[in-house]
Amino acid sequence: MQLWQNIPLFLIVCPLMCAVVCSVLKGKAARGVMAALSALVCVGMGLVLFFSARMGESYAYPMGAIGAPYGNELRVGITEGIVGLAFSLVIFLSVLGGWRKLKADVPENKIHLYAAMVCLLTSAMSAMTFTNDLFTSYVFIEISTIAACALISATNKGRTLYGAARYMLMNLLGSGLFLLGVSMLYCLTGHLLFPQIEEHVKMLLSSRQYLTPLSLSFVLMTLGIAIKSALYPFHTWLPNAYASTTVASSALLSSLISKMYIFLLIKIFFRSAGAQLFAEGIGDFLFMFAVVGIVMGSVDAIREHHLSRMVAYSSVAQIGYIFLGISLGTEAGMAAALFHILAHSAAKSMLFLASGKLREVSEKGDGFRNVRGAGFRAPLAGAAFAVGACSLIGVPLLGGFASKIFLAQAGIELGGWRMAVVLGALAVSTVLNVIYMLRTTLTLYRPSGRQEMVKSPLRKDVCFTVAILALIALNVFLGVAGGQVMEWIHRGIALFV
Amino acid sequence: MLRLLYDHMDEVTALVLFGIGFTTLLLNKNLIKKIIGFSMMDSGVYLFLASYGYIETRVAPIYENGITDPSHYVNPLPAGLVLTGIVVGVSVTAIMLGLTVRLYQRYHTLDIDEIAELVRKEGK
Repeated sequence: MQLWQNIPLFLIVCPLMCAVVCSVLKGKAARGVMAALSALVCVGMGLVLFFSARMGESYAYPMGAIGAPYGNELRVGITEGIVGLAFSLVIFLSVLGGWRKLKADVPENKIHLYAAMVCLLTSAMSAMTFTNDLFTSYVFIEISTIAACALISATNKGRTLYGAARYMLMNLLGSGLFLLGVSMLYCLTGHLLFPQIEEHVKMLLSSRQYLTPLSLSFVLMTLGIAIKSALYPFHTWLPNAYASTTVASSALLSSLISKMYIFLLIKIFFRSAGAQLFAEGIGDFLFMFAVVGIVMGSVDAIREHHLSRMVAYSSVAQIGYIFLGISLGTEAGMAAALFHILAHSAAKSMLFLASGKLREVSEKGDGFRNVRGAGFRAPLAGAAFAVGACSLIGVPLLGGFASKIFLAQAGIELGGWRMAVVLGALAVSTVLNVIYMLRTTLTLYRPSGRQEMVKSPLRKDVCFTVAILALIALNVFLGVAGGQVMEWIHRGIALFV
Repeated sequence: MLRLLYDHMDEVTALVLFGIGFTTLLLNKNLIKKIIGFSMMDSGVYLFLASYGYIETRVAPIYENGITDPSHYVNPLPAGLVLTGIVVGVSVTAIMLGLTVRLYQRYHTLDIDEIAELVRKEGK
């Protein structure tokens, strides 16, 4: 084993240690640790991606002395590298972009706990990206749930507390279902590692034994993750949780929390022979939910009159896209879903950072009436919002466009009634996206006379500027080099399954 | 049918417990009762796992009287999973109770719908 192959382990353990250290540090030092750690994790993920791409194959990393089939292990490859790098970049840029606002929103004597929670979230992210064990992923799901709840309720306002409570209650339902599904699958197969589960599931499928409990366990896990990642009918916790808290939290949560679970779901489907169960009908159900989610999420966003709540609702539609890709059950669909995870993370964290800044330079909150002309008062935030909006609409040269193309290609490849529905859903949702995103962007640039001269209270916010510029660059990169990234994803998938 | 239910008494009990807990967590308005529901739901899963790991006539996997034959002992993994699950459940319950205390201090009610109403009024 080469030395670099130990990096993933440290990407899980270091953030955990940092969380412990942060909780006893003073505010300023803890913030420093948080920023340094998230930068370090970016570098680590980059190294993992670089080396695994150079090695050209994925490897399993045994944890401790007991190896497979009973021990615990990590699995590292190109796909994990890409997803992990994207997530860690988003963590770093969100923390950086919300830096100033964090100082204003979170009391100084609580900020070290906030830093500890960000570290915990980072650790959960790495663990969920790399783990090859079903129960370990359950444990880290719960860790990330707790961290996210603390991040939401960081600002001591009634609305955030209520949002955090709603978030927690829905997520407890989800994790309960997931745990039951995992337990049933464990009882059926006797294993928790994906390769061993796959072997046994294939055996059960070919002998046609225990088909009902087997599908039930997969349905329970899928349902649990769907609730936790806010697929359409289960999205009610999302707007309150995302829209009311401090900017850094909402940028982090919107682009990370649900996507981590979805990546886990992809693993469950494609690594434990769940994909074969698609033929038994799970895929069709998920497909319906995704299509309804794409349309209804956009409709909800159109009906909303507050900037950050609208951005939150548009997440519901975007989650629908990702589930649509997965539910196609093909490799192209999975690749499109993975690409959309990247594109949406980049766009959504930028939109939340920008809308936080726009709210800051407007009097009386972020209702559409108040943010009129805010694009002139905070030019960079306005530009970032416009770029993010264009990306979600699917304007060429931006990430959203590439991912819509890939989704459409995956649908066309499949043919039949699914192709018609995929293309129809994409067309309808693009129109709906244009309605709410363009309307909002135009509002931002409509002159509003009186307020025009109000300058931003924070004139020089270097961190925010750097973060926003980096995110814009990331969005453009995903759009321009979409084909290249997709090629990498395909290379990764070949090693992934 | 009854015979089948009787034979799988542990699993049936576990699923009934899970169902009671799940519906309480989903439908009850009282935050404390929701948390109780969550505990019951988790207990259901633990019972499910524990009953799977228990085999009559076998003992816990600790060497005794020098018997090294594995068929004398049960598989330790389900018990380990249950223990991990209990730890996770306790910490989640703790954070949920903490949130409930803060909501109660602010709104003087435990009814989630009333809290929603108060939050909406506060926003205006």
